[in-house]
Amino acid sequence: MSTKFTGWGRTSASYATLCEPDSETQIVNEFAIEDDLIPRGLGRSYGDAAQVSGGVVMSNLALRSMGPIDDDGVVTLGAGISIDELLTISIPQGWFVPVTPGTRQVTIGGAVAADVHGKNHHVDGSFGAHVLSMRLVTPRGAWDISPTQDAELFWATTGAMGLTGMITSVTLRLLPIETDQVLVDTERFNTLDGVMASMREGDGAYQYSVAWVDCMTRGAHMGRSILTRATHARTQDVKEATLRAPQASKIVVPFDAPSGLLNPLTVRAFNELWFRSSPKFQQGESQSLTTFFHPLDGVRDWNRLYGKKGFVQYQFCVPDEEHETVVSCIDRLSSSGVASFLAVLKRFGPSNPGLLSFPMPGWTLALDLPVGPSSLPGVLDDLDELVLDAGGRIYLAKDARLAPEKARRMYPRVDDFLAIKERVDPQHQLTSDLARRLHLVGK
Amino acid sequence: MDNAFGQPQNVIVLGGSSDIARAITRKLCAARAHTVVLAGRSQQLLDTAAAEAQEYGATKTDTVIFEATHTTNAGHIVSECFDKVGDRVDLVVVAIGLLANQFEIENDADKVNEMVMVNFAWPVVALAEIRRRLVEQGSGRILVISSVASVRVRRSMYLYAGAKAGLDRLCIGLADSLEGTGVSLQLLRPGVVRSRMTEGQSPVPFTTGVNEVAENVMRGFASGERVIWSPPLLRFVFAVLRHLPAPLYRKITADR
Ligand SMILES: Cc1cc2nc3c(=O)[nH]c(=O)nc-3n(C[C@H](O)[C@H](O)[C@H](O)COP(=O)(O)OP(=O)(O)OC[C@H]3O[C@@H](n4cnc5c(N)ncnc54)[C@H](O)[C@@H]3O)c2cc1C
Repeated sequence: MSTKFTGWGRTSASYATLCEPDSETQIVNEFAIEDDLIPRGLGRSYGDAAQVSGGVVMSNLALRSMGPIDDDGVVTLGAGISIDELLTISIPQGWFVPVTPGTRQVTIGGAVAADVHGKNHHVDGSFGAHVLSMRLVTPRGAWDISPTQDAELFWATTGAMGLTGMITSVTLRLLPIETDQVLVDTERFNTLDGVMASMREGDGAYQYSVAWVDCMTRGAHMGRSILTRATHARTQDVKEATLRAPQASKIVVPFDAPSGLLNPLTVRAFNELWFRSSPKFQQGESQSLTTFFHPLDGVRDWNRLYGKKGFVQYQFCVPDEEHETVVSCIDRLSSSGVASFLAVLKRFGPSNPGLLSFPMPGWTLALDLPVGPSSLPGVLDDLDELVLDAGGRIYLAKDARLAPEKARRMYPRVDDFLAIKERVDPQHQLTSDLARRLHLVGK
Repeated sequence: MDNAFGQPQNVIVLGGSSDIARAITRKLCAARAHTVVLAGRSQQLLDTAAAEAQEYGATKTDTVIFEATHTTNAGHIVSECFDKVGDRVDLVVVAIGLLANQFEIENDADKVNEMVMVNFAWPVVALAEIRRRLVEQGSGRILVISSVASVRVRRSMYLYAGAKAGLDRLCIGLADSLEGTGVSLQLLRPGVVRSRMTEGQSPVPFTTGVNEVAENVMRGFASGERVIWSPPLLRFVFAVLRHLPAPLYRKITADR
């Protein structure tokens, strides 16, 4: 009766009772009888956000309603619909999601709960900015909330990692597209300063921008990067204007790779190969939406490549003027010898009022690190200090190891959040392993 | 809660003033442990260990006094420790042990009784309560300190090593019983460790310091391996030693 849960990084397994409510009444009933509960989507958060050991995990996957897309691109979706499922019907009708993370395999509920960001944050903000309204079921009843209706609860819920209640449906405004292609400009940089300067000056001209940074090369080429920036292709930009739904991935990782497969040696070799195979400079290359936005979705269960011990993703953001912190972090990582695949570097635009929302205007860096090297926990603790000193923070959807006192300082509005949570969840029934570990909800 | 590296926050240590336990506690506190309850025999030693835990980062420490000579108190002592944590418990370290000169005690029934109680019976009864509590909670980790001496019991310390062997093998089964509960049990099998317990013994190969043992424990917590050997090489050494013919084994372990 107990089910095992982990995040995408496959660390800190925990056991809980799984329930899959398909109606509001069922959720209300769960709140009436159970103590510790947390919603869960497709489990694509990396750490322990969507699990609660010894409690009840409420999957949103049975909340599958899907309304029609109206002429303005407004659609109402069950929280358990994935971005993949949405795109399958929306792209052929000429609509794209306003914000997508690096994988399509996330639910709409999970996207709101983490207030996810995409490559367009610098111009379009995060997911919450495109939500017109949502339905939230809490221990104190169900509410329709929006930026104008109970805005307080709306912004406490956006980015709150499920801790205010279960989102059952979301009304969203989609983005019109003419084709299923993007036009991509690619540029290779031998230094971190080079790529950062280029992003600071040039990102504004593109809807999408992301740089892949090599965090293992030391010396003069430390932080060498490949910057890709894109805009949606219009009908006249491409030879053949198609609107095709994304294809399911055909490649699967069938079993766990041996731990240690991804070590400094193999990862360095991979990074080298990848860097050399990218063009130095290329403009206007047309790529499919899938290739550009969700390259990792091409291989199913790729997290198994990290072996049984799993991996952590370290993602932080710092204010714009603190770009030196990004440099210091990459320097610290590249000199520590821990293996890390290409890190993702992005610029964030303005934040939204979400009390626990992650993005802040400036820089964000994300990298995957295999669990194993005994120096890794300490290296990451050091990075936390650098990030804190810069006034930055760690992304809760990726975290699996932050210390509670630091989390509090990174999210100074936790107390405001708790005051609002108190209103809808006075007994603190909604909690997760993440919330317990970071002492977020007092239980 | 444990984090991705197996670093716990709320910890109970039974036998908390032993040198190995203290070294482990120091490392835990330097990482993420903030609440530490130490149980042991001597208030004075426990207080020293608790002060040390705070120095290394614990914010809340408490102590529990007990004797491991009668199993009747074991369940109660464990309960007291859990209550003093007052929150979910992430890790219970069972570091109870008594070493004595085999040749001096092997004809003394009371002393033999004490060896079996402290090294085997008391920990087993305590483990029953630890297991019950953690399973109810749905998460947690148990570390039982065994010894490489238990892998193949030798003449010169068969009481200690034999009792540890009982505990060690029992724990393998106990660990199996925890599959699917969210709770796990790991065994630590250290070789000879320089500590108060081994003072005065003649030097033995693969002897390490307590900090090295603690370091191996931290790695073991991250990897989740069921048996943590310290130093890790002993896994292979004992793979051979345990199959040596008895006369040869007697010879190489003579007077140690
Ligand atoms: C390959 C990969 C790339 C990624 N790239 C990005 C990226 O570019 N940008 C980014 O922001 N994130 C990224 N992520 C993280 C991911 O987008 C978020 O963790 C997202 O929340 C996962 O959604 P999910 O449906 O899997 O939710 P889960 O992981 O199952 O849950 C995540 C959180 O949402 C809560 N939740 C889920 N459903 C509900 C609901 N119905 N009501 C209330 N709370 C709910 C859970 O309690 C939990 O706290 C990436 C993840 C992967 C694996």
